[in-house]
Amino acid sequence: MNRIKKLFQEKKDILSIYYTAGYPNLGDTVAIAEELERSGADLLEIGFPYSDPVADGPVIQASSKQALDNGMDLKTLFAQLKDLRKTVSIPVLLMGYVNPMLQFGVENFCKACAEVGVDGCIVPDLPMVEYEELYSPVFAKYDLSNIFLVTPQTSEERIRKIDGLSNGFVYLISSSATTGKNLQVSDTTEAYFARIASMKLNNPTMIGFGISSKETFDKACKYANGAIIGTAFVKSLSADDVQASVKQFMKEFTL
Amino acid sequence: MSLLNKGLKNKTMNYFVNEKGYYGDFGGAYIPEMLYPNVEELRQNYLKIIDDEDFQKEFHQLLKDYVGRPSPLYLARRLSQKYNANIFLKREDLNHTGAHKINNAVGQILLAERLGKKRIIAETGAGQHGVATATVCALRGLECVVYMGEVDIQRQAPNVARMKMLGAKVVPATSGSKTLKDATNEAMRDWINNPVDTHYIIGSVVGPHPYPDMIATFQSIISEETKKQLIEQTGNDQPDYVLACVGGGSNAMGMFYHFIDDEKVKLIAVEAGGKGVDSGFSAATTVLGKEGVLHGSRSILMQTEDGQVVEPHSISAGLDYPGVGPQHAHLFKTGRGQYVSITDDESLQAGLLLTQMEGIIPAIESAHALAYLEKMNFKGGENVVVCLSGRGDKDMDTYMKYFGL
Repeated sequence: MNRIKKLFQEKKDILSIYYTAGYPNLGDTVAIAEELERSGADLLEIGFPYSDPVADGPVIQASSKQALDNGMDLKTLFAQLKDLRKTVSIPVLLMGYVNPMLQFGVENFCKACAEVGVDGCIVPDLPMVEYEELYSPVFAKYDLSNIFLVTPQTSEERIRKIDGLSNGFVYLISSSATTGKNLQVSDTTEAYFARIASMKLNNPTMIGFGISSKETFDKACKYANGAIIGTAFVKSLSADDVQASVKQFMKEFTL
Repeated sequence: MSLLNKGLKNKTMNYFVNEKGYYGDFGGAYIPEMLYPNVEELRQNYLKIIDDEDFQKEFHQLLKDYVGRPSPLYLARRLSQKYNANIFLKREDLNHTGAHKINNAVGQILLAERLGKKRIIAETGAGQHGVATATVCALRGLECVVYMGEVDIQRQAPNVARMKMLGAKVVPATSGSKTLKDATNEAMRDWINNPVDTHYIIGSVVGPHPYPDMIATFQSIISEETKKQLIEQTGNDQPDYVLACVGGGSNAMGMFYHFIDDEKVKLIAVEAGGKGVDSGFSAATTVLGKEGVLHGSRSILMQTEDGQVVEPHSISAGLDYPGVGPQHAHLFKTGRGQYVSITDDESLQAGLLLTQMEGIIPAIESAHALAYLEKMNFKGGENVVVCLSGRGDKDMDTYMKYFGL
């Protein structure tokens, strides 16, 4: 069974951490994954950098630029992840924009994911219709999950469609915003989360965007199977001692 | 992508958008879910709104009384003698605000009003589209925010001042290379963060479907008028050649639009070769680019092997863009359009030539199209239309420095 499905069957309040591959130093990718697993993360989203990340705020943009300057690209990333499964057992997703994936070749990309033990991907600018018509058979062939995003403005009809095409979880964006804004659980956000919960989707849900601390994580877990922290974690990474900074960040989640 | 278009293979070539938002292999809407409701709202409504009689009336009235259309089609006599062909200039430079950009801005502001939007955002490179957008926002009393690369803000100070005087807020894009591509990213981020009351007026035939089609439709007034004017002046609405410069490609798409299905008319699109296509400082996208996705559509773009977008170079800020609109990619790939390039030096020389032979100072963008006349061999008597997309006032600094004026 795919590691993601297994995780959601076995656990609740799932903590997922996003970070950018090749940041702060080119060679940090796997070391961060190992330390995150040791420190209690349940799921990892490793970002492959892109020059024009329109859905991201300044922190993740800057980490992507740094990673590109460090020499990160998909070829390098897959080489780094070659022995990932010797030391990391939690599910791993790759997250990034569609153009690098297209240039690598979608089939090659999926094959490489399967070979290194990546469980799925999140590609925010890959349209649902293209995925459905062109790429879903390839994803299925390599048993990869494709994770779609849902926002407060996404219609019920579309959420149903997304749920039908998803295998893994549905990624709920807390508010319509780029990454790195703080989660404000207002009445409208609460109503949105409650609306999704009442839809009884086939897939579990994770809340992302604006989750920055144990406090916001706990809040989000009231409405979903877990939550995703990205910007706050990326911001906390120190190039001089990456492992120590990961440990430090994760401290409040393991108390 | 052939799967999406398999229905088209056996029909006559379709150069326009299909029901899925594609031009052959190009186009689509590659956008994050956060932008989906906005783009979908536009997709569902744009044709209905544009086809509405009331919209058409208001649009054409404003084009006439406010923009100053129809723009003249001028037979450039001395240039015609020099090149041994009838060289007609479509004078978009005479429009209010000095370029073709205003045609699209007027169309989109009327559309935004009908969608009930209260706030307008735009990206700009040289500032021409920013000025056009700030102008129509002033005209209609709507809030206006223009994103502009920090580098371009420094290069184009007079246009920044114009936008500010028109009441727009000019926000510097400080990410990436701090030019047009980054201003576009910032405008998209603004739209993600303001999903309900804001309309994004994209300035060129780029972006997710339906933008390229919508903007081409608004700019198609250029070729619509040209055909009528050619009939009046020559008795024949089929020129032998139509030329226009291409950055993202909006003036070219407007200039080509009503000639595209008439295969007797040769379409020539002139890209910015910069310091030479092999110099590493160029914006000749169809030569240097590969198929991929940029700013929401599948097209041809300049990129690394890993799919990272490469910074282009052109002396003309309006052509300094690493992609072309999806319809251009389709015209290029099918061979319907001929895509050529002109260097910085050649364009400046052509700008000087037009100034001294016809008394018209062209924008450096438009001078690229003019420069290609030098490379053509006319038999004599051909009718050639060149889109003079903008005036050169904004480029005086560059001309002065180059020619030591």
